[in-house]
Amino acid sequence: MSNNEDREVILSIKHVDISFDTGNKKKKFVAVKDANFDIYKGETFALVGESGSGKTTLGRAILRINPCSAGEIIFEGKRISGKISREEDRNVVRNIQMIFQDPAASLNERATIEYCVSEGLLNFHLYKDEADRIAKVDKALTDVGLLPEHKSRYPHEFSGGQRQRVGIARAMIMDPKFIVADEPISALDVSIRAQVLNLMNKLKAEKHLTYLFIAHDLSVVRFIADRIAVIHLGEIVEIADSETLFKYPLHPYTVSLLSAVPMPDPIVERTRRHKVYDPSVLDNSGAPRQMYEIRPGHFVYATEKERAQYEEKALAAEQAQGEA
Amino acid sequence: MAEERTPILSAKDVEVKFRVRDRYLTAIRGVSLDLYEGETFAIVGESASGKSVFTKTFTGMLESNGEITNGSVMFHGQDLTKLKTDKDWEGIRGAKISTVFQDPMTSLNPIRTIGSQITEVIEKHQKVSKAEAKEQAINIMERVGIVNAANRFDEYPFQYSGGMRQRIVIAIALSCHPEILICDEPTTALDVTIQAQIIGLIRDLQKELKFTTIYITHDLGVVANVADRVGVMYGGQIVEYGTVEEIFFEPQHPYTWALLSSLPQLGVKGQELSFITGTPPSLFNQIKGDAFAPRNPHALKIDFEQEPPFFKVSDTHYAKTWLLDPRAPKLEKPEVIQDLHKKIEKMTGKGGAFHVE
Repeated sequence: MSNNEDREVILSIKHVDISFDTGNKKKKFVAVKDANFDIYKGETFALVGESGSGKTTLGRAILRINPCSAGEIIFEGKRISGKISREEDRNVVRNIQMIFQDPAASLNERATIEYCVSEGLLNFHLYKDEADRIAKVDKALTDVGLLPEHKSRYPHEFSGGQRQRVGIARAMIMDPKFIVADEPISALDVSIRAQVLNLMNKLKAEKHLTYLFIAHDLSVVRFIADRIAVIHLGEIVEIADSETLFKYPLHPYTVSLLSAVPMPDPIVERTRRHKVYDPSVLDNSGAPRQMYEIRPGHFVYATEKERAQYEEKALAAEQAQGEA
Repeated sequence: MAEERTPILSAKDVEVKFRVRDRYLTAIRGVSLDLYEGETFAIVGESASGKSVFTKTFTGMLESNGEITNGSVMFHGQDLTKLKTDKDWEGIRGAKISTVFQDPMTSLNPIRTIGSQITEVIEKHQKVSKAEAKEQAINIMERVGIVNAANRFDEYPFQYSGGMRQRIVIAIALSCHPEILICDEPTTALDVTIQAQIIGLIRDLQKELKFTTIYITHDLGVVANVADRVGVMYGGQIVEYGTVEEIFFEPQHPYTWALLSSLPQLGVKGQELSFITGTPPSLFNQIKGDAFAPRNPHALKIDFEQEPPFFKVSDTHYAKTWLLDPRAPKLEKPEVIQDLHKKIEKMTGKGGAFHVE
């Protein structure tokens, strides 16, 4: 669908495993298994899964909060996972920033907005003098649609949507290249969500950002994402550009997830049947799985046997579409 | 049709005030609602629009600083607003009107077994023996889809997953065969796939046990799925109500328009989503005119001066907006939500599953 070959890769996740100790030395909990994908410069790449699927864990691994137990993460051609120099570590923190889910919990309640927003600048001494720092804070606040005079206020004086704007401003002030947005609108009210999504899109265009957008809600992702990866129990089961994923989902888990998205239309809702995901339809022979590119840019995690089935399914769907 | 049926519960001009320090906050500003037997009525609105507070007056569960200052809630010939003590409520709360809350972890006691939490309710309200209560409890656990219920009877909440816990909360709520089940954001804390299962469960149980459901949610997708009728709440009032089709396909109130238009599901890639500017009104202050007027791009001059009455759109559909006054200018609803069904069907295909079968 898209010619991914000639696009510049900004971040590359290469066969990453992330595991946690369980207290039992022999047993480790593997939160993410064999994650393997590239994120292109300037795109919004969505990682979608249920709670416990490992989507946040993977996002945090990019920010070097969770260590990878296997594989590596490459950012702009340089490895950023595992042991790296202090200087490189600082470089990662500057260039990769995070927007959190709950703006009320992620801002220091006892600090003014000025401090919350300029914390990164202070840590990295990214300003010439006080006047420069204030100018940068003002600019960051105006960029996200707040006013410079807001900087003397405290987080509790803002509404949820405004607080999330502050959360975005403190990420933007570092002038990052890459943003990990972990469920940035899930905690917001329905009427505010649209504003924050619009803002994220506007900033992306203005500042040439790349987003990793972590979400559980496919209906939101369809609007914002260029490409979508579906993650289930630590395994990325399918990756495709968003139109393709919605039209031609291959993996049964993706199909189940799509059938669960509630749509604001009573007629459609009445006819809709939720398909419960049944892992027994998979090839459970124990054959190894890997990512296969079934169609250009459309990957699915499968065994050799499943791969043949997905090929057939993709072909059948295309024919059905052609006839229609 | 609805007109001929007698309501099972009838709220009239309900007003609720909360005392916060030395000031009064008017959370509910004169809400009336007739609930008909067997229907699912969904209340939709932003946080702090008053949707939970309103239904809490049906079970006497207002926080201690809140009181009903006006209006009545009639249920089986009894005015529920007159009930004061827990003793007064005994035969109603949990027995005839039950609630399922949002977060199953906080509504279950973490240090007591699932079984004992269900039997407690049955023993309390039905005066049956322990053995009989246990039998009923296992029965209802099976009904809500707990596999191997007898063996899981003595387990604790932490041994259940989030979806399973919500099934238990539903089981507890239904254990005394209530006539009305209030579901207060029952699936908001759950994953989409689990949400779909819980919604399906409530619907199946409703068919089987024939109770009436009030469904509180902010998710219009869920509303479209569950509701027969919908009430849209804003600033402590119901501003529009009608059948689910009327609310989605022929909304009349600018707030309903704005709420529907800002749905990310309707977004077109590369274009801005439409959104609602500003914030909901502070309910500490006296609200003059239409509460939504300051955020309403279509607001008329009168919206700032005088509160609109309900205008009749059809026998089942009423909206509280001056736009329906014969003297008001004719306005079309926003482009995004015109031909809503066609747009969504084009997006999702006939079965609503998006993909080609």
